[in-house]
Amino acid sequence: MNEVMTSGSGARELIAFRVGVQEFCVDIMAVREIRGWTAATVLPQSPGYICGVINLRGAVLPIVDFAVRLGLPRSEPTARHVIIVVQIDRQMVGLLVDAVSDILTMNDNAIQPTPDVASDVVKSFVRGLMPVDGRMISLISLDHVLPAVEREAA
Amino acid sequence: MDPMAEIRETFFQECEEQLGELETGLMRMESGQTDSETVNAVFRAVHSIKGGAGAFGLEDLVHFAHVFETVLDLIRAGRLEPSPEAMRVMLRASDALADLVRAARDGSTTDPVRIASIVSELRQLTGEPDAGDAEDDDFADIAFAAVPVTIETEAALPPGWIVRFKPLADLYAKANEAGLLLRELGRLGPMRVTVDAESLPDLAALDPEGAYLTWTIVLDADCTEDMIRAVFEFVEDDCEIQIERNLPADVAVAASSSAVAADAGQPSDDEILALLRNAAASVEAPAVIEPEIVVAPPPPPPAVSPPPEPEPASASAEAPAARNDAAQGVGATIRVDLDRVDRLIDLVGELVINEAMLSQRVFEAGLARASAVMTALDELEQLTREIQDSVMAIRAQPVRSVFQRMPRLVREVATMTGKQVRLLTDGETTEVDKTVIERIVDPLTHMIRNAIDHGLESTEARLAAGKPAEGLVKLTALHRSGRIVIEVEDDGAGINRERVRAKAVEKGLVSPDAPLTDEEIDNLIFMPGFSTASEISDISGRGVGMDVVRRSVQALGGRISIASRPGKGSTFTLSLPLTLAVLDGMVVSVDGHTLIVPLSAIVETLQPRSEQVHTLGVDVRVLAMRGGYIPLVDVGAALGYRAMPAEPEKSVALLVEGEGGVRAVLVVDGIQGQRQVVIKSLEANYRAVPGIAAATVMGDGRVALILDVDAIVSVTRSDNLRVDASRVEPILMSAS
Amino acid sequence: MTKTILTVDDSRTMRDMLRMSLVEAGYRVVQAEDGVHGLEVLQVETPDVIVTDINMPRLDGFGFIEAVRKDATWRTTPVLVLTTEVDPEKKGRAKAAGATGWIVKPFDPVKLVDAIRRVAA
Repeated sequence: MNEVMTSGSGARELIAFRVGVQEFCVDIMAVREIRGWTAATVLPQSPGYICGVINLRGAVLPIVDFAVRLGLPRSEPTARHVIIVVQIDRQMVGLLVDAVSDILTMNDNAIQPTPDVASDVVKSFVRGLMPVDGRMISLISLDHVLPAVEREAA
Repeated sequence: MDPMAEIRETFFQECEEQLGELETGLMRMESGQTDSETVNAVFRAVHSIKGGAGAFGLEDLVHFAHVFETVLDLIRAGRLEPSPEAMRVMLRASDALADLVRAARDGSTTDPVRIASIVSELRQLTGEPDAGDAEDDDFADIAFAAVPVTIETEAALPPGWIVRFKPLADLYAKANEAGLLLRELGRLGPMRVTVDAESLPDLAALDPEGAYLTWTIVLDADCTEDMIRAVFEFVEDDCEIQIERNLPADVAVAASSSAVAADAGQPSDDEILALLRNAAASVEAPAVIEPEIVVAPPPPPPAVSPPPEPEPASASAEAPAARNDAAQGVGATIRVDLDRVDRLIDLVGELVINEAMLSQRVFEAGLARASAVMTALDELEQLTREIQDSVMAIRAQPVRSVFQRMPRLVREVATMTGKQVRLLTDGETTEVDKTVIERIVDPLTHMIRNAIDHGLESTEARLAAGKPAEGLVKLTALHRSGRIVIEVEDDGAGINRERVRAKAVEKGLVSPDAPLTDEEIDNLIFMPGFSTASEISDISGRGVGMDVVRRSVQALGGRISIASRPGKGSTFTLSLPLTLAVLDGMVVSVDGHTLIVPLSAIVETLQPRSEQVHTLGVDVRVLAMRGGYIPLVDVGAALGYRAMPAEPEKSVALLVEGEGGVRAVLVVDGIQGQRQVVIKSLEANYRAVPGIAAATVMGDGRVALILDVDAIVSVTRSDNLRVDASRVEPILMSAS
Repeated sequence: MTKTILTVDDSRTMRDMLRMSLVEAGYRVVQAEDGVHGLEVLQVETPDVIVTDINMPRLDGFGFIEAVRKDATWRTTPVLVLTTEVDPEKKGRAKAAGATGWIVKPFDPVKLVDAIRRVAA
């Protein structure tokens, strides 16, 4: 991830999205665009959470089904689904989510550590938890959405 | 970037080119071509590096280049024989020069002992003793350093000078002008000029190109005689000149004021110029020359000449650009940032896709085939293709730059292995995309190392086999059916098939009883983990085998194969696309997916009949074809799109040929057509996918995958040759 | 009026340096890559001063100067030789060919402009 916008004491802007009944958020500086669902071309020999690839203005963009990545059941994508295009290092990746729910400004000190009870998969890319109006939103560390070893293999 | 830094970059780029020329030229000389053109080109290369290096104060480089250049100059003048011994020294000197250039570029250092020893060898060639730094004089000759631009005022003038100056006709013939020299002299201080026109003949007797005037200049300047001589430096052989100290009495006159000087009749620069043009130098209008012009003093000028004419840069910016262009249009080239070209290529790629999408939409809208819209679209498509081809051509470059690096490599490897090697190159002007050029350096380097290290026998073994002691490595480039083919050929012992096979069995790469043809055995050397050297040597080594070469070649959309003749040698053939950006493909459907099969891999399409299909064992099927059996590969099953292979007789089959000439029949559901596609990397945002070479964007805007035919074909061979899936996580196919 | 300088040099580095130095000094610069190219440029340009290298492919500086001097249009145009050669023989040959003056490389922009001013009307 590149620069993280910080204003004042560690305040950052985040984009929150919904997958099933859970809410997550990513740093807005990593988000390149948000677009509607378009049918992806299936890639052979790929992990289950890779829906395939789509054409993003001439570039081939892999789509990660965020629900499957979390170990949740796959939901058949519809026109209501949303792809959040994020930049991870020099690569662009699309995250397939149910909907974008909010734009938040949070201080770093509002982030609570992920409790030990969470599964290894979840813990590997949930950086922390934030309480917002009685909801719980997980802050995603994008570096771990695609396993590092895979990106090395690329 | 600041302009100097930019020029510095140009300089190092140019150095690389010059080093290449140098290498090529020296190789040519070594092979006996010592014609003056070749020797001159070699001299120029070194000379040019020296010139640029001087401008950037790269002393080490200047020094070395100078010594080198001295040797070349002697050869050029026929005073030194380019003996084999001399050639060896010069080849080593060229390597050292290359190292010095790179050291200067990267700010690193070179081995001073090695450089010094080569310098001394070069000096021995010239017969000149190690002469210390005598040649530094070369750059101490600063012709104009003595010309000051300071302007003297009339305050307390020390004794001045009297200069008598008589131009000879030759002075004018070389486009020097007495007036300009006087103007220059005037920059040293206030002066009074008188002209003696006594020897000016009658008009009838006047030679328009003759010289008749003598000038006497009283110069009130606190300068040295050398400074005055420097003004006349260019013309010292073409004039008579006397310089002497002025007497004190004259100083008083001159020093009183500039007005006095003016009263004494000092002409302005322009007047002098006008006079001289008319009086002596003019060819066109000798008739204007009249003695009274010389006699009549012009109005008083300022004592000191005005600053030189050049106008500010803003004025030069208004200079007609078109004229400029016209001049440079003669064989002109421009240098363009590669990023800009790539951006253009990307955009053209987009244009191609958009054009295709538009066509499809128009077609879907049901417009009649012959409608004006369709005609316009056809023209647009034509134009788009032409733009694409032209843009691609911008990136094309001759392979020379890569080939030029190889002689040095050959020398180094030859030295390390103690073998005698001659390198022949052919087809250096063959053009291919710049990216391809950059990326074939490593594979080619490795192939050449391999050819010398493993291909060529030792000198003793060669002599024992009745071969010349010197081994031959031939590097050839040519265009063949829309691809570039590069061959590395050696006249060594060829592949020892028995040993290769034993090794492959020992490493568990093939089963001991596998029926392998000679060709298949030869190609075992490309298998991962295979290395024919009993120990991994430093030369071919770093633990890198031919499998890595093959993989990097495949990553370029290329193929590599080997043909070996026992006792006679081996030929490695590299076949690469001319550009990495587009590909001609066949569009096929497999289980509802659209795939592109590179046309270059397809031998023919066929419709299998059921009686042609035979099953071998559990799941191997072969197709009986022209008296042989060719393995069938169900593409859908191989890629995991479907669990059960389709029935070949209800499908379409493509006979394909992978690298090394291995054939297979690919079974697909249907063929949609052929088209040129723009290749898009999967690795840019994701990673390599086994069985898939790349992706492209189709007319409907969707991504289609380009099949990796070699990987698919290898599915038909032994388990160990299967798609390298070990790097991949357990396969969990998503529903489509 | 802005003076035009034609520079003839096969080295891109030198051409760039010449262009930079001369443009900075307010000259208009046209460039050629060797003697033959230089003569071609003279078909369409009328430079006030010509600056040429000696060692060049196709047609070297000596040949170029000779050809320039043979052409009535250019016989009075100053030609400066730009070279690292300092031995008297080369200077002599350049002068014999009709060179007006010379500039010893490596030149600095001041020296270059100085030399041009000295020969430019």
